[in-house]
Amino acid sequence: MVTYVFLVAALLAVVFSLVTIAHRSPVVNVLSLAIVFFALSAIYAMVGMDFLAAIQLIVYAGAVLVLFLFVIMLLNIRSVERLGSGRPLQAALGAAAAIAIGVAIILVIARQSPSFGSLLPDTGKGTAYSIGRALMTTHLFPFEFVSVLLLAALVGALVLARKEER
Amino acid sequence: MWAEIIVTLIKLAVVIGVLFTTVPIMVWVERRGSALIQDRLGPNRVGPWGLLQPVVDAVKLLTKENLIPDGVNRFFYVLAPAIALVVALSTFIVIPFGSDPGLKLFGHAIDGFIVAPGLNLGILYIFAIASFGVYSIVLAGWSSDNKYALMGGIRSSAQMISYELAMTVAVVGVLMSTSSFRLDSIVLAQTGTWWGFLPRWNVFPQIIGAITFIVAVFAETNRLPFDLPEAEAELVAGYHTEYSSMKFASFFMSEYINMVTSSALIVILFFGGWTLPGVAAPSGWIGAILTVVVFSLKVAFFLWFFVWVRWTLPRFRFDQLMGLGWKVMVPLSVLNFVWVGAAMALRIL
Repeated sequence: MVTYVFLVAALLAVVFSLVTIAHRSPVVNVLSLAIVFFALSAIYAMVGMDFLAAIQLIVYAGAVLVLFLFVIMLLNIRSVERLGSGRPLQAALGAAAAIAIGVAIILVIARQSPSFGSLLPDTGKGTAYSIGRALMTTHLFPFEFVSVLLLAALVGALVLARKEER
Repeated sequence: MWAEIIVTLIKLAVVIGVLFTTVPIMVWVERRGSALIQDRLGPNRVGPWGLLQPVVDAVKLLTKENLIPDGVNRFFYVLAPAIALVVALSTFIVIPFGSDPGLKLFGHAIDGFIVAPGLNLGILYIFAIASFGVYSIVLAGWSSDNKYALMGGIRSSAQMISYELAMTVAVVGVLMSTSSFRLDSIVLAQTGTWWGFLPRWNVFPQIIGAITFIVAVFAETNRLPFDLPEAEAELVAGYHTEYSSMKFASFFMSEYINMVTSSALIVILFFGGWTLPGVAAPSGWIGAILTVVVFSLKVAFFLWFFVWVRWTLPRFRFDQLMGLGWKVMVPLSVLNFVWVGAAMALRIL
């Protein structure tokens, strides 16, 4: 049962990832990405990461993608013209590099995880409690560091958006 | 196994039935209530006190021509109202609408008056599903190929993101003092009284959080004074300008169902759910039904509050809306969150 649900979610994620990068209409791209996030969230929930599953939807589908839609609608982009690159060698190299990185990631995961090819067991590490503890103890420095980084980005955006003084 | 499925199906039937009957009742309350507030008569021709008016309205909407205008993006145009209704209906399954003291139905424990009793995510599930609600409005606005509808959709996306933040942070205070996402645990944590007379409801220690949450909920449900996405005076009907018959009715129904869910959330998070201070529910079926009645009455009060506010306050201007959201609501919700944290550290709460 769980395997079938996983297969459906994984298939949806792969198919709609392709639609996300291949379709001409930006609105279709954003909505396909929303379906990808939904499928990923289902997979997270299946391995016991239900907090992560909810946050995935709230943050990415609920906020980030809505901002994308906002920009697309504000500029009223109906479809994107495909830019022919005219550089077949670079395009082929890029595709090869992308495939190589993908294979490398799969190999690393296969090496690390003893149960590759089957669903991870629910370790109980996906609850809000354990994620919160991990962020506040083991990973405290990177956690605080990221907040400084976000603050810098916020200040940068304000500087860029500030009206010129006359 | 079968008993479990039947019990869940009965709960689902009750919840969906109640949600869909609340819609016409609320339409009637809204129209009569607006008439009362504005010193008019309101609908009073069909049935006693105009009570049958919503029935006639429903028949009208069902029999209207199902029009799809030229130039719309057909797929998204049809998808948008469907998303609205699915989101509105599926958020309610984690709302506990009463308490049962271990009652059984067909030899299976009822497991609380809640459709999905085992879901530990609770309120996070509601936020995750509700975050898809904005897609229906944005898509309706975009696919209609109408500049007023598009304006409504754009306004809605900016408004939803701004107020979602304040709403979520306002809830964090409640989650901290309860240390659970489950809505039934949140209700149970509010039983009893302080100093013997003040109910242990979250609204008293977290009044700022309660006010920010209620205001943000008005913005999230597109109700006046925050109904900028459909501002009739400026945008014809906003994002649903090009919709007619049942596709329009889907938006309409989902707005009212969202109001019911929001009122239930306000009651559960800040007003003690089905509990009453100093009153213990009697055991057995009578007690269980009484908790449902108490919960429904509290929800009914907040539904009336939605109507009351709508016909009392004028609409915000868009820059005022954004200013209120970012400069007042977000800082206030953070203030509530800091206060709850400090109070918990000092062992006051």
